[in-house]
Amino acid sequence: MAATTSVPSAGPIPGSRSFLTRLREGDEIARLTTFLFAASTVLVTLLLILELWQGSALARHKFGWQFFVTRVWDPIAEQFGALPFIYGTLITATVSLAIAVPLGIGAAIFLAELAPARLSDALEFFIDLLAAVPSVIYGLLGVFIVVPLMRDSVQPALKNTLGFLPLFSGPAYGIGFLTAGIVLAIMVIPYIISVSREVLMSVPRDQREAALSLGATRWESTWKVVVPFARTGIMGSIFLALARALGETMAVTMVIGNTPTISASLFSPGYSIAAVIANEFTEATGDLHLQALIELGLVLFLLTFLLNGVARLLIVVTSQRGGGTAQA
Amino acid sequence: MSPRLRWRKFVSGFMLTMTGVCALVAVSVLFFILGYLVYHGGKSINWSFFTKLPAPVGETGGGMANAIVGSAKMLLLASLLGVPIGFLGAIYLAEFSGSKVAFVVRYAADLLNGVPSIVIGIFAYSLVVLPFKHFSTLAGGFALGLMMIPITLRSTEEFLLAVPRALREAAMALGASKWKTIATVIVPAAYRGILTAVLLAFARVAGETAPLLFTALGNRFWSPGWNQPTASLPVAIFNYALAPYEDWHRQAWAAGLVLLGLILVINIVARAILARGIAVPRA
Repeated sequence: MAATTSVPSAGPIPGSRSFLTRLREGDEIARLTTFLFAASTVLVTLLLILELWQGSALARHKFGWQFFVTRVWDPIAEQFGALPFIYGTLITATVSLAIAVPLGIGAAIFLAELAPARLSDALEFFIDLLAAVPSVIYGLLGVFIVVPLMRDSVQPALKNTLGFLPLFSGPAYGIGFLTAGIVLAIMVIPYIISVSREVLMSVPRDQREAALSLGATRWESTWKVVVPFARTGIMGSIFLALARALGETMAVTMVIGNTPTISASLFSPGYSIAAVIANEFTEATGDLHLQALIELGLVLFLLTFLLNGVARLLIVVTSQRGGGTAQA
Repeated sequence: MSPRLRWRKFVSGFMLTMTGVCALVAVSVLFFILGYLVYHGGKSINWSFFTKLPAPVGETGGGMANAIVGSAKMLLLASLLGVPIGFLGAIYLAEFSGSKVAFVVRYAADLLNGVPSIVIGIFAYSLVVLPFKHFSTLAGGFALGLMMIPITLRSTEEFLLAVPRALREAAMALGASKWKTIATVIVPAAYRGILTAVLLAFARVAGETAPLLFTALGNRFWSPGWNQPTASLPVAIFNYALAPYEDWHRQAWAAGLVLLGLILVINIVARAILARGIAVPRA
């Protein structure tokens, strides 16, 4: 979460002196130098896409679209199918959103609508700090705190009450889809809160007053007027969180169990795209193995690229409608 | 009061309380994290953690001096790469560029910012590790530096654009050239914001683990020079937490406390600098 201000911009003044004067005074040199640095950002980004594309050429040609629907991942037989990893990534992301969305939006409503400005700012400060906690720290706490807790109390309890559902069956190892989803949820909640809060605060005041004056209760005005008004922006925050959850590596790798299985049970150990790259990249046995891993990286890149794009669009659209200045 | 109204008021009160509970839960996570790290890490941290090399496998004791130095070296490299590109690129965007070029650069920066860190690792691997045929400090620093670019660039640009137009006009009216205006008026006016941007970018990459896994790799000894595999605090936490030794878990907690402490302190300092306001009053 970069610190940003939203002050009306004061643009630069267009130069009016001749080229030679500007050259003599160093303007053109400064312009060219800074341009090179700005351009290198674009260059690096293009190079990144190129490397991912070329680096995975072999695997893309060999497996084609079958790559996405094959279950087998066997480095020794050189058979690579990404299905278990894609499944694990999607399941953990779904679990994390199922937890993080209600909690995050609830908290954002509290911060934007109920809390006095000073309390809201203080809490937002803590939320920003939470967003700054590195993922390996979440992984550390996941391994030593969440996993034992899941194994010894949460999973047995779920099994006793909801065990008839296939979702909550099977042995309770502690590690697995559910645990990874919960750790991810904790990680993405700050993103949902920060963005949703800004979007909610950009809803014009008269919307609330109109609802209240018609006799709506405080909650009714919030839930039926303010939240729908900010709907697209909140969706944007969810997409942003989803992109984070899909690409998250360390915390997931440490608690998901790292077994390429496809199982309906959330208790089962699994694997995710980012986790398999993290674990196998340095030990890749051959070119094809490495290229298959790079192709997984390409898939991850494209997914997050799409989601981030949609998220930014949704957030900008809402804040413009509300006349506010929320930023992605 | 009709029963219906009473019910609506009850729902309102209940749901609003629930939102408060959500906020409380979300914020309390931070204190849980801090609490656990201070408790477990505080027990494990000692002087030799900062001064000794890791003990041979099977022996207890030792420290992570090499990981601390390794992290510092890579963060230095990352800053040398990320800060100039981000800062000067932002000056171009805010002061020189037309809207089309600016759009392309901003778009690329936002795209780069959204790339999962593990993918940055793949990129640094194929760009630096493969040609040099070495896992190295250099490659790790390069990966982290890449991640610093978009964060520094985008927020520095915001702060530069926030400098009032009147200041620019005043400087130019006195006959200053454009780059002189930038160097002596605009950048000094925005320096708190720029410093904040750089600090936040630094804190963000200081905890990154995934891009280091196959660029810096890891090392149980000192890593001389810049072209050897090197240990780093985040990767050490990852490896130690998953190892089967009790003493390593202890050290993972200690490393976690040091890393998180560093990152939170930088974050708080950065926000404090900003909270004291932009040095120049807005026109």
